[in-house]
Amino acid sequence: MTVLEVTGLRKSYADKVVLRDVDLAVDAHDVVCLIGASGSGKSTLLRCLNLLEKIDDGVIAFEGEEVSDPRVDPRRVRQRMGMVFQAYNLFPHLSVLDNCTLAPRRVHGVPRQDAEQRARELLARCGLAEKAEVHPDRLSGGQQQRAALVRALCTAPTLLLLDEITAALDPELVGEVLQIVGELAADGTTMVVATHEMAFAREVATRVCFLDEGRIVEQGTPEAIFTAPREERTRQFLRRVLPG
Amino acid sequence: MSYEPSVHELNRRRLRRRLRWRSSLIASLVTVSVFAVLVIGVVSSPGWPSVREYFFSGFHARESFPEIARGFLKNIALFLMAEPLILVLGLAVALARQARSPWLTPVRVLAVIYTDLFRGIPTILLVLLLGFGVPALGLSGVPNSLFFWALVALVLSYGAYVAEVFRAGIESIHPSQVASAQALGLTRGQTMRYVVVPQAVRRVVPPLLNDFVSLQKDTALVLVVGIFDAVNAAQDYSNYNFNDTAIVVVACFFIVLTIPLARLTDWLQRRVAERERSGAR
Ligand SMILES: Nc1ncnc2c1ncn2[C@@H]1O[C@H](COP(=O)(O)OP(=O)(O)O)[C@@H](O)[C@H]1O
Ligand SMILES: [Mg+2]
Repeated sequence: MTVLEVTGLRKSYADKVVLRDVDLAVDAHDVVCLIGASGSGKSTLLRCLNLLEKIDDGVIAFEGEEVSDPRVDPRRVRQRMGMVFQAYNLFPHLSVLDNCTLAPRRVHGVPRQDAEQRARELLARCGLAEKAEVHPDRLSGGQQQRAALVRALCTAPTLLLLDEITAALDPELVGEVLQIVGELAADGTTMVVATHEMAFAREVATRVCFLDEGRIVEQGTPEAIFTAPREERTRQFLRRVLPG
Repeated sequence: MSYEPSVHELNRRRLRRRLRWRSSLIASLVTVSVFAVLVIGVVSSPGWPSVREYFFSGFHARESFPEIARGFLKNIALFLMAEPLILVLGLAVALARQARSPWLTPVRVLAVIYTDLFRGIPTILLVLLLGFGVPALGLSGVPNSLFFWALVALVLSYGAYVAEVFRAGIESIHPSQVASAQALGLTRGQTMRYVVVPQAVRRVVPPLLNDFVSLQKDTALVLVVGIFDAVNAAQDYSNYNFNDTAIVVVACFFIVLTIPLARLTDWLQRRVAERERSGAR
């Protein structure tokens, strides 16, 4: 079943074209990893999918409905599409638990007790059971990012968008976050993940898309991309980021 | 195994204590001498005896005190009634300026006109205009008490300032906070209510309190429409007795009122900061 289908997507800021002719299909239980140099358009693509940006051409269809239609209420789409940002963006004035229950309670109308119970289960799964009552600035970067993941998961989204969620973390904290994403993937969560962690992409992705200057230059299985890339640009990029 | 500080550390602690002692000693000596010089300079000036009689007479202070205290109750009443109204009005106007729905365009325009207009008019003129003007219209069903309209003038004038303070607070919240609230599916209104405004209010407490100190003083402006507040009472006493001690007395009243407010702000601020840091709810 196709969860998300993007065709001919184009996005520009003023006269700078940031994404062009992007075609992307995401089936249920897919983990699509977006790789590419800084500035290649990964974040912009994710923000377009989440309808945080207006697009300049093309079609985004989510669960069979064209959501790039201006009459579609973006909130209805975002209720089923979770997003986690590079800078966590937790709400500093709310405890971790309240961060996690805000959307379920206010957007989805879940009663407080049920929302808190689900949030506590997910926090416990991510090793944050002890931190539910604490405010975000008392957490380490890795813990904050895990809390942000839980916040996105609490509404049980059909599709999860992750934008370089380990890029702001100290190296020794990257593993703890990626491990959870790996577990989510194993559970069949459908995800589109922008990442610089090639080992992670290789292990977890069902498909890897290489972006260069706003185009998907090449996409395929991790084996195909990492061991036998067809395009010269992909080869150049991988030579730069892969050790050895 | 129990920890015993090393000899080196014990010496260091002794040294620290001595240094602390020395700085408190220097601080006290310098402060006392500076104030002594100031006081001596004023007291030994040639005009001091007449100034003392004219501004600091114990007799006139005692005599004017009851009347000023009675008037001061009016200032306090004005201030206590105006403050919550100003907060509500200011926040409402600030939020109206943030509204994006096309249905609310007239509200947004009104909010802009209001802040521009009422920040521009000196408060004293507003008190005069409303205090004398509105009752003169002779409208039925509208209160024509001077006190009421003076209060309205203060609320309208300070509401415009406070609206701008709230707006600055709202706009200082990083756009990524709004983006992540939107990504969670919150409406604009919910984003404001649960994410932006709570953070903005914490940030603007000090400038707000500053405006309120200013408001406490500006309650004295109501004397221009003849309301018998503390300053009016003091002026009355001075004119009648040819002695300005009453002015100093009323100044002391205002100081005594504003200092606790400043201390309260500091304390509130610290408590909020501590709570957010310590992770208590
Ligand atoms: N708000 C914006 N205004 C103008 N240009 C932008 C904006 N956001 C991103 N860009 C540009 O779009 C390009 C793609 O950026 P981005 O999607 O953040 O890349 P990536 O996430 O792959 O590093 C970059 O060249 C960046 O400068
Ligand atoms: Mg990016």
